[in-house]
Amino acid sequence: MSSSAVALALPATVDDVIAGLAQRNYLCDRRLATALFLSLKLQRPLFLEGEPGVGKTELAKALSDWLGSLLLRVQCYEGLDIAQTAYEWNVARQMIEIRLAEAAHGANEAIDHDGLVATLYSRAMLIERPLLQALTQSRSPVLLIDELDRADEPFDAFLLEVLAENQITVPELGTIKAVAPPFVLITSNRTREIHDALKRRCLYHWVDFPDVERELEIVRRKAPGASERLSRQIVEFVQRMRTLDLFKAPGVAETIDWTNALVALNTIRLDPASVQDTLGVLLKYQDDIVRMQGGDTAKLLDELRARGILDGEPV
Amino acid sequence: MLAENIVHFSRVLRTAGLQVGPDRVLAGIAAVEAVGFDRREDIRAALSAVMLDRHEQQVIFDQVFDAFWRDPKLLERLMYLMLPKISGRGDQVQRQRSNRLAEALAAPQAPKPPNPANQSAEEEVQFETTFSFSDRERLQRADFESMTAAEFALAKVLAERIPLPVSPVIRRRSELAPRGRINLRRTLHRMARQPDVLSPAFMQLQRELPPLVVLLDISGSMERYARLFLHYVHGLTRRHLRVQTFTFGTRLTNITRCLRSRDPDVAMQLADQQVDDWKGGTRIGTCLEEFNRHWARRVLGQNAAVLLVTDGLDRDGEGQLTLAAGHLHRMAHQIVWLNPLLRFDGFEPRAAGVRALLPHVDRFLPVHNLASLADLGRALRAPALRPALLLKH
Repeated sequence: MSSSAVALALPATVDDVIAGLAQRNYLCDRRLATALFLSLKLQRPLFLEGEPGVGKTELAKALSDWLGSLLLRVQCYEGLDIAQTAYEWNVARQMIEIRLAEAAHGANEAIDHDGLVATLYSRAMLIERPLLQALTQSRSPVLLIDELDRADEPFDAFLLEVLAENQITVPELGTIKAVAPPFVLITSNRTREIHDALKRRCLYHWVDFPDVERELEIVRRKAPGASERLSRQIVEFVQRMRTLDLFKAPGVAETIDWTNALVALNTIRLDPASVQDTLGVLLKYQDDIVRMQGGDTAKLLDELRARGILDGEPV
Repeated sequence: MLAENIVHFSRVLRTAGLQVGPDRVLAGIAAVEAVGFDRREDIRAALSAVMLDRHEQQVIFDQVFDAFWRDPKLLERLMYLMLPKISGRGDQVQRQRSNRLAEALAAPQAPKPPNPANQSAEEEVQFETTFSFSDRERLQRADFESMTAAEFALAKVLAERIPLPVSPVIRRRSELAPRGRINLRRTLHRMARQPDVLSPAFMQLQRELPPLVVLLDISGSMERYARLFLHYVHGLTRRHLRVQTFTFGTRLTNITRCLRSRDPDVAMQLADQQVDDWKGGTRIGTCLEEFNRHWARRVLGQNAAVLLVTDGLDRDGEGQLTLAAGHLHRMAHQIVWLNPLLRFDGFEPRAAGVRALLPHVDRFLPVHNLASLADLGRALRAPALRPALLLKH
C-alpha cells in the first residue's frame, strides 16, 4: 500500500481501445469500445448487461491484461456481505491482543483501555477483501463485479458508496478513500432488475451478439484448429439459430466450444449427424434440443447450402 | 452550443419517458467532449452509454437521436406539438371523479355510494356456469369505478395485516438474534466496550417473504375479480416493494410500474390504459409461455413466489398449458394458485385447464364467491390446499 498514485497510460481515442483489446484477442464493436473509452476517461463504472456467453467477463480480463493492471474480481451470490467483499476484522488477532493486554494488566496493574481499543481497531487488524483492495492499490486496478444480479438488494446499496465516491466507510476506523480509483466493470445477466440508483452512477451498455464477420474473427482467434470453411459454416449456422425462437440462444462462448468440439471429433464440414451429436454443447435446454432435432437442423443446413456456404447434397 | 444541444436532447428524451436528470446531462456533455465530434456513431454510443439504463430504451433513444441529428429544429416543433397532449392526459386524470373525494366533500352523514360489486354479485353468480369465450381477441377498457373510502381503508388493512399466502424463505444473510451462531465481530465490540464482561452476541439466518410475481387473469370470466385483485396487489406493491405484476388474457402485460403510483385510483387508471385485453378470451398457455421466455429469468430470481390468479379456463389446447405450467414450475420457487371461480364443496378438477395446472402448483386456494375486498381477506386467511390431494379423486 502506498499513498502516491501511479498514473496509467490511458487510451486517447476510441480506436485505441479497439486496437488495444484486439491485441488481447478481444474483438468488440465500436459502441462497446466507446462506452469503455468513456468509462476510462470519465472514471465512471461500466455496467454491462447481456445474455450469458457474450463476453462480458472476458472484457474485464482483456482490459486488465491490456492496461497491465491488477484484476480484482467479486463473484456475486446471494447473501454476499461486507465481510466477504470489502473488509473483515481479524478477530483472532484481536483476541490475542486482548489476552496480551490482560497479561500486561496482571503484571503492572494499569490497563490502558483507550489504547487497547485503538490497537484492536487499527488498520493492521483489517483483512482486506477485493473491494477494499481495489481502493488501496497504488496503480488503478480493474475491479470486476461479476453477475451482480445474483447478489441481493442490500449488496447493491452497499456498492453505492464504493462506486460513486471511490471510498469505503469502516464504522470503527473511518473512511478509506481510493489512492488510485479503480476501473469498475459490473456485469449482469438480468435475472433481476438492478436498482436505478445504482445504474444511475454507471455507464450502461447492452452487450449484443456479434455479427457474422466479427464472430468469425473471434472463432478464428479462439479456435485456431478449425479450417476457415468449417468456421464459416459454424458461425453462419449459429447466427441463424439465434433467430429461431429458442429458449436460450447460444452465446459466443458456446460457438467457440462447439467449434472446438467439432474439431476434436475431426469434423470436416457440418452435416446433420455431427450437428445432432454435439447439440448439447450449443443448447442447454432440453426443449430447445428436441426442437432442433425435430427438423430445424436440416432446415438451417439447407439454408446454408442455398447460400453456397455448405457443399454437398441436401438431406 | 454543445451544452445547449444536449440539454435540449435530454428534454426530448424526458418527454419520451426516459429518466434523464441533470446529472446525466452533465455526464453527456463530458462524454461527447471525450469522444470528439468526428463520428456520429461515436456520439450516439457515448450518449446512449450515459443516458440509458435499460436495454429496451435503446429503440426510443435511437429514434430520438436520428430525428435530432437530422434537424433539431424539427424536433423542437414536434415537441411543441406534443406538449398539449401531455397536459391533456393530466386533465383526464383530474376530470375522473374520485369517489373518495366526493365522500369527503359530502356531508358527514351522507350515505356511502353502494358498492357496485356487492350489488351485482347475485345476478352475476349465474355467469359462473354460463361463461363463454370470445373467439376474436376483443380489445377493451376495464373502466374501473374509483374506490370508496371504506374500500380504500379495507384494501390497506388487507395488504398490511393479512399474511401473504406464500411461505417465507430463508436467506443466506444473517441478522442479530437472541440465539444462534456467535457473531464474533459484535461480541468483540462489546468486549472492547466492557472488558470485564463477556456477553456474546448471536446471529441467525434471516427469514423473509420472497419477491412476489403476480400473474393476474383479466379475461371475461374473471371480470368481476380483476378490480378486487388489482386493489389488493396495489396494496402489496405499496407495502412490499418487490412485487412484479402481470396481467394476461389474450396477451401478457407488465403493469408493475403502473401500480407503483401511490394513489389506488390513479394506479388503476394507469393499468387500465396499459392493458388492452380486458374481458376478452383467455389463452393461459400462450401467456404463461411468453412469461417463461421473456420474463421468468428476469423476475423469478431470489426464490420468488408466483401468485397465479386465474380460473384455469383456457382456450388454448391443453398440451400447451401443461408444457408452460411445467416450465413455470421448474423456474419458480413456489406457485400459489388463487382460483376465484371454483367452490370447494365437492370440488372436482374437471376442466382441462384446471387439470393441467393443478399438478404444477404448490398451493391451491379457492377464493370462491368474492364480492368485496372483505371476502378476499377472508379467503386469504383460509388454509391453502395441497393440489396433489385434489387430483387423487
